[in-house]
Amino acid sequence: MFTPSTLAAKVTLLAGFLCLSPGVFLAPSAYANKIYVSNEKGNTVTVIDSGTWEQVTEFPAGNRPRGIGISPDGDHLYVCASDDDTIKVFDAHTYEFLWSLPSGPDPELFVISPDGAKLYVSNEDDNLVTVVDTQKKTIVAEVPVGVEPEGMAISPDVRFVVNTSETTNMAHFIATEDYKIKHNILVDQRPRYARFTNDGKTLYVSSEIGGTVSVIDMHGETGPELTQKIGFEVAGVQPEWLQPVGMRITADNKWLFVALGPANRVAVIDTASNEVVRYVLVGQRVWQLAFTPDQKYLLTTNGNSNDITVIDVAKQEAVKSIQVGQQPWGVVVAPD
Amino acid sequence: MIRSLIVAASRCLCIAAGLIGSANLGSALALDVNVGVIRVDYPVLAPVSRFDRKPDNLGFAGASLGNQDNETTGSFLGHSFSFETRSTTPDKLEADTADLIENGISMIVVLGHGNDVLKVADAAGAGALIFNAAAPEVALRSESCRSNLLHVAPSRAMLTDALAQFLVWKKWTRWLLISGSNPDDQQLAEAYRRSAMKFGTEIVEERIFEDTGGSRRSDSGHVLVQRQIPVFTQETEDHDVVLAVDESDVFALYLPFHTWTPRPVAGSGGLRPVSFHAAHEAWGATQFQRRFEKQNGRYVRPEDYNVWVAFRVIGEAVSRSSSDDVAVLRDYILSDAFELAAFKGQKVTFRPWNGQLRQPVLLTDSKITVSVSPQEGFLHHRSPLDSLGIDEPESACSAFAN
Repeated sequence: MFTPSTLAAKVTLLAGFLCLSPGVFLAPSAYANKIYVSNEKGNTVTVIDSGTWEQVTEFPAGNRPRGIGISPDGDHLYVCASDDDTIKVFDAHTYEFLWSLPSGPDPELFVISPDGAKLYVSNEDDNLVTVVDTQKKTIVAEVPVGVEPEGMAISPDVRFVVNTSETTNMAHFIATEDYKIKHNILVDQRPRYARFTNDGKTLYVSSEIGGTVSVIDMHGETGPELTQKIGFEVAGVQPEWLQPVGMRITADNKWLFVALGPANRVAVIDTASNEVVRYVLVGQRVWQLAFTPDQKYLLTTNGNSNDITVIDVAKQEAVKSIQVGQQPWGVVVAPD
Repeated sequence: MIRSLIVAASRCLCIAAGLIGSANLGSALALDVNVGVIRVDYPVLAPVSRFDRKPDNLGFAGASLGNQDNETTGSFLGHSFSFETRSTTPDKLEADTADLIENGISMIVVLGHGNDVLKVADAAGAGALIFNAAAPEVALRSESCRSNLLHVAPSRAMLTDALAQFLVWKKWTRWLLISGSNPDDQQLAEAYRRSAMKFGTEIVEERIFEDTGGSRRSDSGHVLVQRQIPVFTQETEDHDVVLAVDESDVFALYLPFHTWTPRPVAGSGGLRPVSFHAAHEAWGATQFQRRFEKQNGRYVRPEDYNVWVAFRVIGEAVSRSSSDDVAVLRDYILSDAFELAAFKGQKVTFRPWNGQLRQPVLLTDSKITVSVSPQEGFLHHRSPLDSLGIDEPESACSAFAN
């Protein structure tokens, strides 16, 4: 067991060493960042250093940790402890438990407002989206949504928070000014995740059981408009197992990466044509994704093989896998 | 008290949100969908295990959750949902059906024996849509099928195929089949014989366990069981597994641990094929279990799940087709466009040739999900789900022909 202070020293040393001899190891990110992985079954968070790709530590994070995020300043780590009905806040540097935020029951996923002031949380059991003030530690609003709310996304202009409801099969567009639903769009079965392009023009919604990603034009005639559905096909894999879940879009909006769950692959989609150009084989039951801040690497949580895969974003290839705790679910990388 | 106030408040919010939502959807029409649920109650003896006692709201609890889920979804589309329940007896069944139809309810979910399900379907008429949520008879999906009758409950053939695939995967292909003496048990035995032929396993020996009646709850009954079952299972052909074929719930639960030869038991006892059970957690089922238990204060039963699925089938068809016309809904449900997520890892759909819901079947030891069929490697040109049960070329159902 490392103590936090010796650990920090070790991390710095290793990072420095690597910068001097990049050829020997997998090229590190421009900066070494901490990667935090929530382990749903192990009830822990695994911390990995992106300079060495080595595990730094693993610490207890409450019961059934799933959704995970970090404050924009990189100081606070937020973890949905689903079975504790709270969001636990940890010091992102020392891993010390700081306090719990009221989240509503069974929090699963959340998004953080760009200023870090608010969390928008989906509460699966109660058909609610809860808005939490991170400073005052209070609930600001509860928005009733469809059955089994899950995916959460925030538009780059912060006007809309989007929630997907897994049994109702809708994307709900909640205005951040009054917390009222302004639009609803039906998508395919069991919508899991939503992600805006960085220019806010397009929203992607993944439907796990429907096996599609819905493409929604945010500037349709009467508001957001469903324009297209992207399907998946992999030779030798039963279509039933192509189940899109977590998604990430590159900063230039050109590439959409989609985790395909039990198909053990990440699909790479060219957003110009909305066609899949490649499937990257990763670990088993790939769930959520996160970029390193320089976007050189994409990290995937693989729930059934208990590891994360590192994908080289430019090459669109898997380059490494790293063992983590039991049943990794979510991943977040500390900002530079 | 506080809890109910909160619920009421959130309902109001929900309705408000729904109005805003529907305003933006433009094309949505206000619809009011009322669904009937008929449960036929039969005189039965107490079950072998008190865990199997039937709760008073069996099936109706699944209706309640399904209706709530439909209402939440409908609130965003301007669709409202409600339901009416009838617990009845075989002699009042047709009158109850007529009563529901007269009240403008043309979609009815039925929990009852196969011949009673047919009575409802025939009494309701061609303009109605009936959902079979319990009866497992293969004939209902084949020679006795009705065009207004859909089956959300798996057939005996689907259940026995699901177990057979797992046993083949385990290479436990020599079966000792012990069946009960009642007609339902014998129909189930026939389904196992068909599965054995379909998947190339061998029934090395068959025995019949006579249902001689008698008390199931006598003091120290286990003493007799412990002495009788080994004797009953002596001197059999070599076998890998004992298949307990006991829909009547007379002896299957007594077989595990008591057989003369130490072999696993499957079928009506031991490893059982079921449409759902309360310990199932995979694929988001935990959320379903928690919602059900919160609403009803007990564990879910397969009958509840089947009724919930029937309600969600209706809800999904109404949402997607923006219609409450039974003919429109039936067409949509039987079309390729229809799909539903039902906590079994893949979408469930209907077989257009006989109205049977395609679905994975769970295998449980009554504590956990041991496995889920179809098993890996059992392929079908349409969907692996069609490796379970009667396939299109084998079906004698002609009511669905266009």
